[in-house]
Amino acid sequence: MSNKIKACNDFVIRFANVNGSGSASANQLFSKVVFRSGVPVSAKNIFPSNIQGLPTWFEVRISENGYLGRRGGYDFVVAVNGQTMWKDYQELEPGGYFFYDSSKQLPDTYHRDDVTHLGVPLTDIANSHYTEPRLRQIFKNIIYVGALAYLFDMDFSVFEDSIARQFSKKEKLIAPNIQALKLGFDYAQMYHQGVCQLQIHRRDLNGDQIMMEGNDAAGLGAVFAGATVAGWYPITPSTSVVEAFEKHCKKYRVDDSGKNKFAILQAEDELAAIGMVIGASWNGARAFTATSGPGVSLMSEFLGLAYFAEIPVVLMDIQRAGPSTGMPTRTQQSDVLSAAYASHGDTKHVLLFPSDPKECFEFTVQAFDLAESLQTPVILMSDLDLGMNVHQCDPIDWNDCYRYQRGKVLSAQDLDDMTERWGRYLDIDGDGVPYRTLPGTHPEKGAFFTRGSSHDEYATYTEDGSVYARGMKRLLLKWQTAKQKVPSAAIKTMGHHDGMVYYGTSAYAAKEALVHIQRIHAIDSMCLKSFPFGSEVSEFLASHQRIFLVEQNRDAQMKTLLVNELGVSPDKIISVLNYDGMPVTAQFIRDQVTTYFASTPHALGNQS
Amino acid sequence: MTYIRSNFRHPALTPNDKGYTIKHYEGALSTLCAGCGHDSISAAIVKSCYELALEPHQIAKISGIGCSSKTPTYFLGKAHGFNSVHGRMPSVSVGANMANRDLLYIGISGDGDTASIGMGQFAHVVRRNLNMVYIVMNNGCYGLTKGQDSATADLGSAGKKGVPSVFDSIDLCELALQLGAGMVARSFSGDKKQLVPLIKTAIKHQGFSFIDVISPCVTFNNTPSSTKGYEWVRDHLEATGTIDYIPQKQELSIDYPAGTSREVVLHDGSSLHLNKNSDDYDLSCRKSAIDKIETVKMDQQILTGLIYLNQSQPDTHGKIQTVDTPLNALSQDLLCPGSGVLEVLNESLR
Repeated sequence: MSNKIKACNDFVIRFANVNGSGSASANQLFSKVVFRSGVPVSAKNIFPSNIQGLPTWFEVRISENGYLGRRGGYDFVVAVNGQTMWKDYQELEPGGYFFYDSSKQLPDTYHRDDVTHLGVPLTDIANSHYTEPRLRQIFKNIIYVGALAYLFDMDFSVFEDSIARQFSKKEKLIAPNIQALKLGFDYAQMYHQGVCQLQIHRRDLNGDQIMMEGNDAAGLGAVFAGATVAGWYPITPSTSVVEAFEKHCKKYRVDDSGKNKFAILQAEDELAAIGMVIGASWNGARAFTATSGPGVSLMSEFLGLAYFAEIPVVLMDIQRAGPSTGMPTRTQQSDVLSAAYASHGDTKHVLLFPSDPKECFEFTVQAFDLAESLQTPVILMSDLDLGMNVHQCDPIDWNDCYRYQRGKVLSAQDLDDMTERWGRYLDIDGDGVPYRTLPGTHPEKGAFFTRGSSHDEYATYTEDGSVYARGMKRLLLKWQTAKQKVPSAAIKTMGHHDGMVYYGTSAYAAKEALVHIQRIHAIDSMCLKSFPFGSEVSEFLASHQRIFLVEQNRDAQMKTLLVNELGVSPDKIISVLNYDGMPVTAQFIRDQVTTYFASTPHALGNQS
Repeated sequence: MTYIRSNFRHPALTPNDKGYTIKHYEGALSTLCAGCGHDSISAAIVKSCYELALEPHQIAKISGIGCSSKTPTYFLGKAHGFNSVHGRMPSVSVGANMANRDLLYIGISGDGDTASIGMGQFAHVVRRNLNMVYIVMNNGCYGLTKGQDSATADLGSAGKKGVPSVFDSIDLCELALQLGAGMVARSFSGDKKQLVPLIKTAIKHQGFSFIDVISPCVTFNNTPSSTKGYEWVRDHLEATGTIDYIPQKQELSIDYPAGTSREVVLHDGSSLHLNKNSDDYDLSCRKSAIDKIETVKMDQQILTGLIYLNQSQPDTHGKIQTVDTPLNALSQDLLCPGSGVLEVLNESLR
């Protein structure tokens, strides 16, 4: 066959496994070795809402150009799941490589002539070397990784180092794992020499970067931000945020007597989870919860209370495909509107949109400062792709001079020094943010009644419409203050007529697509980082005649938000919408935009 | 009720050990209906806190939604209060308690707030044995929405509309017992003599203290056909032995005839004197307590008084091993690992 895909450090490999078979750690070993070989890599776990027995895929993109989004398609497939083998075979790119367990003969129907078949008798090799069924299963995975090491002409010593690191605390496992790798390597060398034209060669392109899951980074951020209380309810894909918080707390927050400088409570439901956060924040602790779309729906009533009673809340929404239960293990950016306007009545909430794990860490830290400075809920809008996949990013850093911004909280001394009457909801500074007191502060002063019912500046219940309206108007002033404090959009502009706008995890694919689009058409870009939108967002939208807005939802939710909040004309926004639950690909964005350009090369009134 | 309250207090009002008179523990004027049982409960809370000489600002009052949940405005005006959302007082209390273990948490709820919309949160706050006082002002109906039956309305009981309830009632004391509450009591808003020592015991008990207080709704559920009206309740009370709360430093001034009382020492060294009834049962035995409630119920009576007391369980902080210092008092230096740990951490991610 002549048209084999030939590539060095630029291809996609897909592992098709059965979940619960121990394949995940073998696949991660492979992607880690690529990373440690100095070649940029991104890995996506495409898993079922199930614990054992259903298909799961692991897609690894190797990209010397540093493209870390999903490319789409795959050039090499490790097809070790009988349930999906036919589909995995059919969807393989022309010229691709089909790697399978040849212990059983491939059916006659597998006769694509544009595909290279690579059979390795994984089961037979495992069975002849291991007697224990569990070891046979585990090492079968390591054997195929070993075969890949040969086929891709990889530096075997990096595998050896990685195994040694992985099992540094269980040293007796090192030798058997390396042996299993060699079994695969040797078989491939003997039977498939020179067959595979895909290579992974050492480079030095990763610098000091790290590989981390967004949820791990967010959990770590909460530790660094001084969060002490977490109430939570298990829900995919947010669960690992609190698990990470607990892991890091156990490492950094246990005192000499073994007691915890943190309280993590698994709640009875999402309502209770956010209720705990509100109670703790009201009482002066930094508290947070993490959830996904269904949880945001359940938390809505409490979010309205926190907005109206002005209590700090940090909520992490790790978005998944909705509506309803939707696709719990697939990604989307489809909670934008439900989070922005969560709860009945006139409410709006501060949203932060991290694009990589480092931003998950930094925005989490910032979320606590914002929530306390503004006395309002702040929602970190991550997603399954960012939260549960390992992403390559810059290392986590921390400035020890930075101090937490705890907002306007009065001490007993402050209360004693006041000459005017204190009002919990009285705007003294003209920024819409009043001063609060914590329970237990002062024996005589500063006590007030927090309520979700209408209240005057002194927190007293009122049904006087004008007083109520005054309070609601002040909350809008606070919203203006929020605009000054939230992270600004990242803008790259050369004064072109067209612009691309994206946010969150779409950034990976959008950046790659832009590289290609810019070769044929001048276009600027803006990555949104937060809501409310700052003036830079309005300016970008105003100064561009056409805006391509990339989103991972069906209804163009960010477009609705931009149109609604900024009064921008909906006609100038062309939506690029991916909502199949898989991370958006650069190819998809590129196709949508270039197709549009082909049919409408110039913006209205622009003949340049 | 009247909207003008006299500022006059008897000059001889006795100050407590902290030097505060009872006025120091009062709140705003009640806007509930005249004769509402809830106002009597508020007064009992005021009296209990006064007699225990608590610092009002070291107390947090948390409630849900409903007539009962309005009452925290009417007592302890120097304490922070939080009127949260319907049925969610428990979770707010849990969070608040996690943030600062040193305050006293008084949760006020109603039968709608606890036995219906808040049933889930009630169950789980009991299960966690949160250190708090949880008082249900139980009138068997939804007062603020004009008298619908609540889940504690007894089968066959009828309020103002005259339609007997066709559903069985939920017994919150039995539920609290099953879920592991450390202290369970029931009382009647019209019996301050019983209620005050129960509230004091609840305050002093380290862990979850539950008091179900039957508190007639004078407007919607005080009919002869209602089992939550003043008349019916007064005629059907059966108290467990009366209790006296004895502060630690106070010498016993009452002589109890031998064999008629039992002393229970609380965590802070204060004690309870339980005057035994003839058919006494073991207060620290969950099974006996449930059996007692059911036996009394079969006689169409309502069991009141201290029903169960077990001090052996750790509270939530004890269960999850938090530090003694309130979490909200820990400084950045104690909480933030700082840049020093990042080299190792980043390296582990390469």
